[in-house]
Amino acid sequence: MDELLKLLKENARETPENLARMLNQSVEEIQRRIQDYEKRGVIRGYQAVVNRDALDSDLVTAVIEVKVTPEREGGFNHIAKRISKFEEVSSLYLMSGTFDLLLFVSGRDLKEVAWFVAEKLATIPGVLSTATHFMLKTYKADGVYMDVEDDVERLKVTP
Amino acid sequence: MMLSASKSPLDRVAAHVRDMPPSGIRDFFEIVSTMKDVISLGIGEPDFASPWKIRESAIYSLERGVTHYTSNLGLLSLRKAIAGYLGQTYQLDYNPADEILVTVGVSEGLDLALRAILEPGDEVIYHEPCYVSYNPLISFAHGVPVGVVTTAEDDFRLTREAVEAKITPKTKALLLNFPNNPTGAALGEKDLHALAALAVEHDLLVITDEIYAELTYEGTHTSIASLPGMKDRTLFLHGFSKAWAMTGLRLGYACGPKALVGAMMKIHQYSMLCAPITSQEAGLEALRNPADTIAGMKDEYRRRRNYITSCLEDMGLPCVFPRGAFYAFPRVAELGLSSKEFALKLLDEEKVAVVPGTAFGACGKGFVRCSYATSMDEIKEAMVRMARFVKRLA
Ligand SMILES: Cc1ncc(COP(=O)(O)O)c(C=O)c1O
Repeated sequence: MDELLKLLKENARETPENLARMLNQSVEEIQRRIQDYEKRGVIRGYQAVVNRDALDSDLVTAVIEVKVTPEREGGFNHIAKRISKFEEVSSLYLMSGTFDLLLFVSGRDLKEVAWFVAEKLATIPGVLSTATHFMLKTYKADGVYMDVEDDVERLKVTP
Repeated sequence: MMLSASKSPLDRVAAHVRDMPPSGIRDFFEIVSTMKDVISLGIGEPDFASPWKIRESAIYSLERGVTHYTSNLGLLSLRKAIAGYLGQTYQLDYNPADEILVTVGVSEGLDLALRAILEPGDEVIYHEPCYVSYNPLISFAHGVPVGVVTTAEDDFRLTREAVEAKITPKTKALLLNFPNNPTGAALGEKDLHALAALAVEHDLLVITDEIYAELTYEGTHTSIASLPGMKDRTLFLHGFSKAWAMTGLRLGYACGPKALVGAMMKIHQYSMLCAPITSQEAGLEALRNPADTIAGMKDEYRRRRNYITSCLEDMGLPCVFPRGAFYAFPRVAELGLSSKEFALKLLDEEKVAVVPGTAFGACGKGFVRCSYATSMDEIKEAMVRMARFVKRLA
């Protein structure tokens, strides 16, 4: 991955001025490249990485494996798009292996997610079966650790 | 029976040790360590922890009960890995059987090399500003340290002429360190060849401390040991501290002709026995896909270097563009303070620690060392504070 993209993936709030210094380019050049990434749809958005466990909320997330029947035309795309439209679905991937689609679904509580699976997901024509796994705790997401470990002491001045 | 008067404990200390001044870094450390909330650009070691796969393999070796002495030379598997790595990366050709000695850091390698070759009064030429240990270690080995000044005007190059001017019949060795701590200077091919030719003409041994070799950001690193005719007159010192972020694991190695490595090994076997086995196990893992292991850290250092040098430039502090290691060495003399005054005042007023250039030799006068082995966030804040400070002084 391009170094600029890598830096933005790590910290999307990094200023063009700082990026310019780090990459030894002009601020204008950095701004132009970022705009270009946005225009081409390489950068699809900027989000905060939130530690849900630190929030006082019962929000639950489930990872759901879904088996579907691919359609004669369009393969998995049609049904995947249809499922992705539900706002409960935060991520959706086509997988190789024993199931086809992997979904990340969030809801206010267990019941809400269970209802979504039973009423919405399982009833879609083409969905053959689902297996729902609730997430209990997040240790690391998108390369970010959720627990802050104590800093290791380093001597303040060394040769 | 006559009792002789009891000596004071200090009287029992050997004169050449007693008379050695304490390191300039040490006093500064004492001051900094009493202060809170200091951002330190004074640290000569990576801020990264050793990569997890390296730590994990050390843990696994402990689980298996691998806790014994190793061969004095170090684990054969590690020496083979070192030979393979050096061959592939720097075109160096050392036989793991008798030309490679695993040491407790480059520090021990340096000490062994000097003790193995020096007779009292032998001179060793080294270049300043430089790593703080060179001068004392030469003295402790009863040699005579002969410093050659390198200057910012000349990009801290070490030229053949400057070295040649210091050669006497007593000169035994030339000690090199590129990429350099504290200037970040690297040596160009031309200078390297000229210095090699000089060593051949005057029949000098070269001791080369290439601990920052991988942290070369412009072009590729060439070892003087790889130049034609140099292998037999070069002791190559390297280790895992910097590029692999393994400082506290204390692991390095010395390579050279069999007779010299054998002499170093003689001292090592009686004084050290062997390098810690857990660290040697970690070193084995470090040399599995070494380029991939260090790439992320190296890229980060390069960005920090770019960042810090561009900020220093904006502040009006001239700085030779560092080509390697993780230090910037800006000139502060124009601000009307000595390097020590600058460092103390900056610490006092803005709580940013930099090391006075004089800690690295008298010719470091007027400079300070800023290490960028500190997180980007800390560097950003330190640069804001330093810019404010410089503006007030100007
Ligand atoms: C130039 C140089 N040589 C040697 C060392 C010591 O390295 P080691 O940790 O391998 O003993 C350092 C550490 O700061 C250094 O900068």
